[in-house]
Amino acid sequence: MPPLSAVNVWVLLVAVVLVGAVLVSTVVLLVRDESPGDPSYALMAAAEVALLVQAAWGITALVRTDRDVSAVIFVGYLAAVVVALPLGAFWSLAERNRAGTAVLLVAAATVLALELRLDAIWDGAGA
Amino acid sequence: MPEDRAGLAAGWGRTLVAVYAVFAVAATGRSLTQLLLHAERAPLAYSLSLLAAVVYVVATGCLLRGGERAWRLAVAACTVELAGVLVVGVLSLTMPGWFPDRTVWSHFGQGYGFLPLALPFAGLAWLWHTRTLVRPVTAG
Repeated sequence: MPPLSAVNVWVLLVAVVLVGAVLVSTVVLLVRDESPGDPSYALMAAAEVALLVQAAWGITALVRTDRDVSAVIFVGYLAAVVVALPLGAFWSLAERNRAGTAVLLVAAATVLALELRLDAIWDGAGA
Repeated sequence: MPEDRAGLAAGWGRTLVAVYAVFAVAATGRSLTQLLLHAERAPLAYSLSLLAAVVYVVATGCLLRGGERAWRLAVAACTVELAGVLVVGVLSLTMPGWFPDRTVWSHFGQGYGFLPLALPFAGLAWLWHTRTLVRPVTAG
């Protein structure tokens, strides 16, 4: 199996790059002890759009494929990456300091970890 | 005492709740899919996955709830969590035959970047930090 065979290389790549950008910018905010502003939320929104596209694309591909993909796990991962950033952003709002910004880091790192697993699951790996 | 209730999920507790929530969802999802899809493959490993899931859910809930009882239950959950990751970590290395499939705590949580090993320490440290919220300092 070639690496990055999931769903569609470009959809996955765009999502991973955008979530990676969220992760790096959050680390910068943490180091500078700054709270996220409009640019941060715009970047997160862009990543979220990519993740939504990925979810739609992934479910379509799952319906069409004859691969032995575990549907429950695959859809679970697609759904988890869609909800993680909004939940993290919401949860971080009440704490406008490093601890709140760290919540965004947790959310972004979670999405990135799940994104990297998504490809293996498409290739038939279990949970 | 409303200020007690806010205590455990405020400040860095908010970050801790986020991490515990991620592990609660991850461990619950993993153990349920394992047990529902192929329970017979590794009953011990999957039962331990389920135990891990329960511990993470309880810890998350206690941190969110706050108050003295939740604080005590959280200490118990984090202690079970620490014991679990250490015991399963050692057994998965010394008795690999017992674990045909991975659990969250296998190899000290290697599959999760060793976070399952670090998390109970962070949890217990936070509970130690917030102990004055549930017991007056003069009591000690």
